[in-house]
Amino acid sequence: MKCTVCRGPAVIDLRRHNANFCPDHFLKFCRDQVARAIDEHHMIEPGERVLVAVSGGKDSLALWDLLLELGYDAEGMTIGLGIGDYSAASTEAAVGFAERRGLELRLIDLRDDFDYDVPTASAVTRRVPCSSCGLSKRHLIDTAALDGGYDVVATGHNLDDETAVLLGNVLHWHTEYLGRQQPVLGERTGFPRKVKPLVRLAERETAAYCVLRGIDYIVDECPMAEGNRHLRYKEALNAIEADSPGAKQAFYFGFLARAADRFSPEVDAAQQALRPCARCGSPTTGEVCAFCRLVDQVAGEDPVPVELVRPGRAGVLSERPGGRESERGSSGPLRSSKSGKRRR
Amino acid sequence: MRVLLRNPRRELEIDGPLSVTKLLRRLDLNRESVLVVRGDTLVPGDAVLADDDVIEIRPVISGGAL
Repeated sequence: MKCTVCRGPAVIDLRRHNANFCPDHFLKFCRDQVARAIDEHHMIEPGERVLVAVSGGKDSLALWDLLLELGYDAEGMTIGLGIGDYSAASTEAAVGFAERRGLELRLIDLRDDFDYDVPTASAVTRRVPCSSCGLSKRHLIDTAALDGGYDVVATGHNLDDETAVLLGNVLHWHTEYLGRQQPVLGERTGFPRKVKPLVRLAERETAAYCVLRGIDYIVDECPMAEGNRHLRYKEALNAIEADSPGAKQAFYFGFLARAADRFSPEVDAAQQALRPCARCGSPTTGEVCAFCRLVDQVAGEDPVPVELVRPGRAGVLSERPGGRESERGSSGPLRSSKSGKRRR
Repeated sequence: MRVLLRNPRRELEIDGPLSVTKLLRRLDLNRESVLVVRGDTLVPGDAVLADDDVIEIRPVISGGAL
């Protein structure tokens, strides 16, 4: 297999582009795709300060590296989620990347800074782990960007992420979410501008970028995400893509070009209902924002080990005396005692 | 050849020579969902893997929330 550009030995074939690339031309392809996404969607202006949301996985580290390669002023932020060894390894990958390059990385740890973690939040709220995880990350990154004076937040959402979310939103006709599914979410009161510069790259490509750039990222999947709906949508879409290369790209960019603007009135209506949280000032539809309510509910609770939380689903697991695993639902006794709870 | 698989982490011994495409088909893996890594570089689909190769089949699907 030869590189489509230079005819040297190729290391990767991209069937949706009908192209093969050697390492150098694949890395250039990735830079070009990110530069094109930034330019087409007016994501970042020259001279702006960028805060990259870094998980330690392939997408966020590739994004940070690509933004630096393209000359942007990009600093990182990572959040310790308390998901056992997985979180420790994720933080280590993010810190290692920053240290090797002498980059600024802001660190927040849910347990140290807010007295909870994702497994405990999932067990106490009886909601899927991804719910409190996503809520915490969105709030803390928005707050850090506004407090730190950054112009824009960049996240590592890739083409597969966006396509899987689009499929889920269409299957359930979540029209408000469809209106928000853009590569750029503009700055509004209480919200920084958020951009997704990797939307033109599939996750196979961001992983390949990391391998060829020698970027150490956490390969193992989050144990909390196992079996979640998002992963199942990705598997279904990849099965279609294998038979019909370019299907994911056509689905997502076709939506942006032909359908996304039809849902924007619902976004406007949702925006008008926002007001400042009485506690932290973040935009919310209620008196107190969802993050402050979460902290109220879970901070100070006895930590729940990650092994007792059911991946991708609500509820927790426990051991019956006879050794069989049982599920605890809405009335189980696992919820830890409120005694000794610390308040912020 | 020695084949490292992830999620869960395990190793297989498979006879070579064998092309990457045939190996993935034998393991019932979708090529859109994995990379084949040998040393510090990637191996394309038409490459033939030797009996003494050590390779990693790395999944690329991840699912978080933000």
